[in-house]
Amino acid sequence: MSAPIQLRPDETFILNVGPQHPATHGVLRVKMQMDGEYIVKAETVLGYVHRMHEKMGENRTYAQYLPNLSRLDYLGALGYTHGHVLAIERAAGIEVPERAEYIRAITVELNRVASHLFWFGAFVMDLGGFSPLMYAIQDREHILDMLEAVTGARLTYCYYRFGGLYNDVDDDFIEAAKRFIPRMRKSLKKYDALVTGNIIFRKRLEGIAPVSAEMCRKYGATGPVARGSGINFDVRKNEPYSVYPEFDFDVPVYHECDSMARYKVRMDEMEQSLRIIEQGLEKLPDGPVMAEKKPKNIKLPVGDFYQAVETARGSFGIRIVSDGDKNAYRLKLRSPTYSNMHLFDEACEGMLIMDALAFMGSLDLVIPEMDR
Amino acid sequence: MGGYFSDIFYGGKSLLVGLSITFREFFKPTVTVQYPYQTLKMSKRFRGHIELLGDDEGKTKCVVCGMCERACPSGCITLGSVSVDIEVDGKIKKKKVLSKYDLDFTRCSLCGQCVENCNFGAIDFSKEYNLASTRKEDFHFNLLERLKRMERLEVKNA
Repeated sequence: MSAPIQLRPDETFILNVGPQHPATHGVLRVKMQMDGEYIVKAETVLGYVHRMHEKMGENRTYAQYLPNLSRLDYLGALGYTHGHVLAIERAAGIEVPERAEYIRAITVELNRVASHLFWFGAFVMDLGGFSPLMYAIQDREHILDMLEAVTGARLTYCYYRFGGLYNDVDDDFIEAAKRFIPRMRKSLKKYDALVTGNIIFRKRLEGIAPVSAEMCRKYGATGPVARGSGINFDVRKNEPYSVYPEFDFDVPVYHECDSMARYKVRMDEMEQSLRIIEQGLEKLPDGPVMAEKKPKNIKLPVGDFYQAVETARGSFGIRIVSDGDKNAYRLKLRSPTYSNMHLFDEACEGMLIMDALAFMGSLDLVIPEMDR
Repeated sequence: MGGYFSDIFYGGKSLLVGLSITFREFFKPTVTVQYPYQTLKMSKRFRGHIELLGDDEGKTKCVVCGMCERACPSGCITLGSVSVDIEVDGKIKKKKVLSKYDLDFTRCSLCGQCVENCNFGAIDFSKEYNLASTRKEDFHFNLLERLKRMERLEVKNA
């Protein structure tokens, strides 16, 4: 018979969460120094799914780099492709037909709703509720079916081209999108009653994991994480691009700074996205979807170009340094979750491990996107 | 103390509301498709791996210009050609004819650059998606062979 292990009161141990832990939603490793159930220090370790996307951008022509952008964030891929094509179009001076821009806005917003729906399901599942995931996936399925009929793929779309779109949307898509909006609004009410009001859910999120606006600025956090901390920043409003100035929508901002605030921001954002889709379908002009004057092989003038877009996870930026060749001299991707994740280390000090995992869920991490 | 009892009251109420929703959901029709017993029809624009298209006589439309090969970001297309003598208006001319069209599907990212860059409408996406295999060699497609096989199938079915 051996004596029970005696721990010194100041003794801590190291706990590895990941790289293959379901709560990290991918291959992220968090090295936690634990004092019992409390986290003393946490360190996130990246690099398990690094694929050198930036270097690939320097070796491939601009058109050949198109499929890469949808491999960053596989849940909201269209937003990232949008940033890329906008950057190239502005640099090369390509005029995009209005109809193409409207369809881009509609599809990006549909993709944002799909991304938030999946996040919603996975987040509630992190906290132990399984049924909402099933309901969310059922609604997301409608969006994926619509996008598949238009783009030909369900996740890695590769739909936008420099100067327009791969192909036009048909009446079926417009009909399906119109039918989808009221159904989604009904579902949002259902989610509100099922999840938002739930006492267990609220007790686990309210007042937990405060992230101050100060900290968001320090780490460069954007998107729903920053908006849950009272920072009113949305690239669609602050640096308008595409046809977003034509739409009437609000940016949901909450000042509670806790996990619940980040949850509420995303739920409200879905409603705002539906509003944008509704207006986009109404205003959708007729015309071509591809620019007429478009060079076959795109070469950018010598210079430095940057374009930021608001994706489902925050502000995504693409910087292209061109030396006049047919591929970029340097290509830099600023991915939102990379910044959003880094505040995790500081914010979770002294937190209970269960709260830290709920907090991680509320940051909406997609690992291949930050570790690109 | 009042907070304690109101918490119990609102908490219990929220749980009942949630349960009523899941209970109603229980009686809704099933939406899951029981694959592989049931399958869905693939959408018209579904991007499977590429395939060669035949003309009316079942010959390929490809003229071996190599645009698809150059456009491919991952370099998964390999073309081969032979020159054959053909008779046009009594004169003998040399013409390049496709002899090999290999697709290395292990590297393909299904972006569709090849189909877009083809000026002759010689390639298109197939609707194939049941492609699971444990051997790498199963994903090296000989598309010319595939075209002939599909032609034979069509003749048989007609």
